[in-house]
Amino acid sequence: MSPAIRVAGVTKRFRSLQALAGVDLEVAQGEFFGLLGPNGAGKTTLISALAGLARADSGTLEVMGHDVVRDYRAARLALGVVPQELVFDPFFSVREMLRIQSGYFGIRNNDAWIEEILHNLDLTAKGDVNMRMLSGGMKRRALVAQALVHRPPVIVLDEPTAGVDVELRHGLWQFIRKLNRDGHTIVLTTHYLEEAESLCGRIAMLKAGRVVALDTTANLLRRFASHNLQVRLAAPVVLPEALAARVVKRDGADLELAFDRFDEVGQLLAGLKSAGAEITDMAIGKPDLEQVFVGVMSQN
Amino acid sequence: MEGFKTLLYKECLRFWKVGFQTVLSPVLTAVLYLLIFGHVLEDHVQPYPGVSYTAFLVPGLVMMTVLQNAFANSSSSLIQSKITGNIVFVLLPPISYREFYAAYVLAAVLRGTMCGAGVLLASLPFASFHVAEPLWIVAFTLIGGAFLASLGVIAGIWADKFDQLAAFQNFLIMPLTMLSGVFYSIHSLPVFWQGVSHFNPFFFMIDGFRYGFFGVSDVSPWMSIGVVTVCFVVLAVITLQMLARGYKLRA
Repeated sequence: MSPAIRVAGVTKRFRSLQALAGVDLEVAQGEFFGLLGPNGAGKTTLISALAGLARADSGTLEVMGHDVVRDYRAARLALGVVPQELVFDPFFSVREMLRIQSGYFGIRNNDAWIEEILHNLDLTAKGDVNMRMLSGGMKRRALVAQALVHRPPVIVLDEPTAGVDVELRHGLWQFIRKLNRDGHTIVLTTHYLEEAESLCGRIAMLKAGRVVALDTTANLLRRFASHNLQVRLAAPVVLPEALAARVVKRDGADLELAFDRFDEVGQLLAGLKSAGAEITDMAIGKPDLEQVFVGVMSQN
Repeated sequence: MEGFKTLLYKECLRFWKVGFQTVLSPVLTAVLYLLIFGHVLEDHVQPYPGVSYTAFLVPGLVMMTVLQNAFANSSSSLIQSKITGNIVFVLLPPISYREFYAAYVLAAVLRGTMCGAGVLLASLPFASFHVAEPLWIVAFTLIGGAFLASLGVIAGIWADKFDQLAAFQNFLIMPLTMLSGVFYSIHSLPVFWQGVSHFNPFFFMIDGFRYGFFGVSDVSPWMSIGVVTVCFVVLAVITLQMLARGYKLRA
């Protein structure tokens, strides 16, 4: 079975900017895959190259085994892209726009599926409303609908929840999860790391056009993040060297100390006590993707 | 093929939805030209024997309207899509660059033809004329319209802002159409300017189109159709090359 997405040795330069500097990655069919990175890391350029909106200088990109240049028709039929920007055609209503988009993909009489998408995205009542009249959240959902009209096996969402309220975000993720359960491969870019952590089975992190981390979300959390003992002291104290090495964050009398096993917590507390610290509040923080992200980005 | 048909349909629907602006306004403008120039010059100018000035003016205005609107349709549609960003909806599907080109050009020719037909119908109460060679009328409408539609695709892709497109329209298309013999026969010009007119492809489009109505023209319609066809083919090749390379569309 061919991978849903295969990217091999892809480079892309925009004048003096090396947007992609040799990217290699594969996404298996049925995965929920996260593509993370700071602004300018190359995420959107990679998606654009995959979708045929940009042309790679070298390397190959395939969608469901179809080369995006040589076999572009099959590759584009297999791919649905939700663009980052809230773009829309002001001449048409939601339904008209979805029918037109279906036709672009060679599909006539797609009304049954269009109605299903509208229903799932809670847009049925807005079907005959001009795109201009929709709120930002509705426009975002309409963009998702547009990417799905041809039932693509691979769906790429480029920051789909940027500027979207919590309720809508939850609704959107429920629908995307359902699509993933139904067998669609999902590739997601987002700056909301908690979102990526809860949704994505595997994650690639990009920095300056290179993949700097690529693993399952669980492995990344194990490798790059740890539990934290968060304590608030009555007053700042000087810590012994062994404890100071565990400090991941210090803000006056607030401390965060990293640990891997829970039986280390007793030693940490004993160490604090012997250093003369008086603890006024305490909590234990779980490892999260933000730690991983910050760790990976600072290492590279 | 379905992708091409849908893009053609979308482009036609787009201009039809704003028909006051895209069809009726150009017809009204051309009729105003006809009324004003016809009124002022009817008794002073007779370009061809037996043809009144107003009757002479009608085919020129019809063709000018066809050409200007064919250009306006493809160029404005493309630049609007580029600036608003919705061009991605046409670039993401499996539509080939040839289908893309054909859809934009055909929709533009259709709008040009509708506008031209509107001008012709609206001018019937003001001038009496017969149609001598209808096939020439059809040929020049289609090829001339396609020439300007191609130019519109080039301008729409090249321009990054509306200002640049307006410059293209006002400093190139408008002077070339106005100086193409819409309002006069080039035989009324000094010899030097007659010669210069032969470097203006718009002159051949207007002159050949007018031949279809009166059976007389400043140059042979065969020469005109040859010049216009060569110009169209050259532009079509350039436009297709731009689209194939994804110039300003695919980064």
